[in-house]
Amino acid sequence: MKLRTLALAVAAAAALTLPGDMAEAKKVKGEVTNFDFSFQGPFGSYDRNQLQRGLQVFHEVCAACHGLEYVAFRTLADPNGPQLPEDQMRAFAEMYEVWDPVMRDWRVATANDHFPESGFEGAPDLSLMTKARAGFSGPYGLGINQLIKGIGGPEYIASFLLGYTGEEDFQAGTLFYYNRAYGDWVSMNPVLFDDMLDYADGTPATEEQMALDVAAFLTWTAEPKLVERKQAGFAGLIILTVLASLLYLTNKQIWAPIKKRAKES
Amino acid sequence: MSGIPHDHYEPKTGGEKWLHRRLPIVGLVYDTIMIPTPKNLNWMWIWGIVLMVCLILQIVTGIVLAMHYTPHVDMAFASVEHIMRNVNGGHMMRYLHQNGAMLFFLAVYLHMFRNMYYGSYKAPREVTWIIGMLIYLLMMATAFMGYVLPWGQMSFWGATVITGLFGAIPGIGEVLQTWLLGGPAVDNAALNRFFSLHYLLPFVILGLVIVHVWAFHTTGNNNPTGVEVRRGSKEEAEKDTLPFWPYFVIKDLFALVVVLALFWVVVAFMPNFLGHTDNYIEADPLVTPPEIVPEWYFLPFYAILRAFTSDVWVVIAVNWLTFGIVDATFFGVLAMFGAIFVWALLPWLDTSSVRSGRYRPMFKWWFWLFIVNFVVLTWAGAMPAEGIYTNIALIGTTYWFAYFLVIMPLLGVLEKPTTPPETIEQDFKDSVKAKSGNGGSGPSPEQVPAE
Repeated sequence: MKLRTLALAVAAAAALTLPGDMAEAKKVKGEVTNFDFSFQGPFGSYDRNQLQRGLQVFHEVCAACHGLEYVAFRTLADPNGPQLPEDQMRAFAEMYEVWDPVMRDWRVATANDHFPESGFEGAPDLSLMTKARAGFSGPYGLGINQLIKGIGGPEYIASFLLGYTGEEDFQAGTLFYYNRAYGDWVSMNPVLFDDMLDYADGTPATEEQMALDVAAFLTWTAEPKLVERKQAGFAGLIILTVLASLLYLTNKQIWAPIKKRAKES
Repeated sequence: MSGIPHDHYEPKTGGEKWLHRRLPIVGLVYDTIMIPTPKNLNWMWIWGIVLMVCLILQIVTGIVLAMHYTPHVDMAFASVEHIMRNVNGGHMMRYLHQNGAMLFFLAVYLHMFRNMYYGSYKAPREVTWIIGMLIYLLMMATAFMGYVLPWGQMSFWGATVITGLFGAIPGIGEVLQTWLLGGPAVDNAALNRFFSLHYLLPFVILGLVIVHVWAFHTTGNNNPTGVEVRRGSKEEAEKDTLPFWPYFVIKDLFALVVVLALFWVVVAFMPNFLGHTDNYIEADPLVTPPEIVPEWYFLPFYAILRAFTSDVWVVIAVNWLTFGIVDATFFGVLAMFGAIFVWALLPWLDTSSVRSGRYRPMFKWWFWLFIVNFVVLTWAGAMPAEGIYTNIALIGTTYWFAYFLVIMPLLGVLEKPTTPPETIEQDFKDSVKAKSGNGGSGPSPEQVPAE
């Protein structure tokens, strides 16, 4: 019986130390850089200026093809978001046109409208993209990397935008570009180039700066209540800790005579 | 309510007597919370309370979510985003509900493992165990249907794969699957009925939970020694037990708050860690995700389901013997449901005369191997169904069935158990003295349960 236990234990141990490549290949096959973002960690919150820069990158670059269908313009003025002043937010919305199902016509967007959907089929909506992609996985399917580094959606987006090697391939009438972060050929062309836009706040528009800014902005579009959630986390934790301490002491007190009697008898 | 002699409720004032003659509800509550409880329960006896709170949490958050959710294939995904963005506190409600299901399963597994180690399922508590297994089955059905509601990619494809299992049943499979889904594939009809059932089943679970509690209040709690409470007289019983209130209510509440604090950390700081990124992509029947995996709490059974490929000799043999009716897929389905079924039969498969694993030297090893095997199966279920992983899943599945069908019946005959203490009182005294000998005094709630 011992032998069998041993054999199974060995099998289990072998299972846990196998090379994870076979499994990981499907999850994250490209190289994703572990960038630092201000919103990471329990105390992290969004950097307002970075979100505004990211909004500018989205507006001037990404919006040509991609939509943000779950994001309402009014939320651009929300606390803990890009925090555009009310009038700027309204002016920003007016730069977009949306389809009005009642008028059956296109009209200028207002604060309560959402960003338009993606312009053409190949371009996915970006509202939730940082939550729909993982940057890290494993090791061995255990999820430890995600626990330490985070799931890695924003890192994936930034790495993707910076991941073009310049290699191109023409297949079946379509031009494909090699992307390191994706680890394969993609149909989206490189879009970021140094100084392609002038940031309103004067930050130098390097490729990496723009990639990080738009990744941060897209994290906000995917998780607009991140800061509120963490605040609720601390408030709840304090309450539960106090409650746990009081209950611990109460428990100790009511059991003390019972234990005393047991010890003395 | 319980068979252990104890004080019962006596109405004193005129008003109490008036009510008691018409509806003895105060007496019912009094007898329920004053149930004599073995003094020596350890920290593994807290999961019942945690589970009760999980059920209430899921029902409360679920009702709020249902106020804002739209069960329609074109609107479900967007309505969840509406909850996450526009509903006051909606993001917390949704993350609490999502992660609450995971806490629910974590607690139920620990609760079940506790029963397995201390032999709580043995006579006279078989009915409690069976009701518990029914609750567990309903939990799985509820969780599965709930996962479909956000209508993400993993919702859709998970539903397609799992309902496809019914399609694997020979003969009636396809008809059954169509009937279950309300159409040839997972679509609006399926989403609507899943929503309806997802709302209904928790209340069925609640009903069964009441019966579950009733059942173990009739037999009395088991305890880490497995020794029965002495029932000769009230005085004798009081040496072994303490009333549930306040001694165990406060203890359980303390443990509950500690568990909830950890849960809160997950909800507030890493709410998506245990989820799947693909479920933030709206369901698309035309795009199959690269991998389809269920939530972690289903993974052991998912591993069992996929362990039986057509090149396993058992599958080949059964296929030949049944003239090709039972193929690999159906065999996997049978194995998966069979795995839960043999688990439910445990009270009749365990032949040992001693209840608690504490006094069963050989059983201990097999039990811990079962736990390790459970973890390995969970992991194997998350891996692609190819190469070495199905082999590991197959070894794990073999052990699963061997544990219930071979090891548990044989151990009762082969094993020589050690002697449990005479009484619960004795065990309690010994443990208090042992602890105070180490310099500590009073209870030490942080201590890990004695296994």
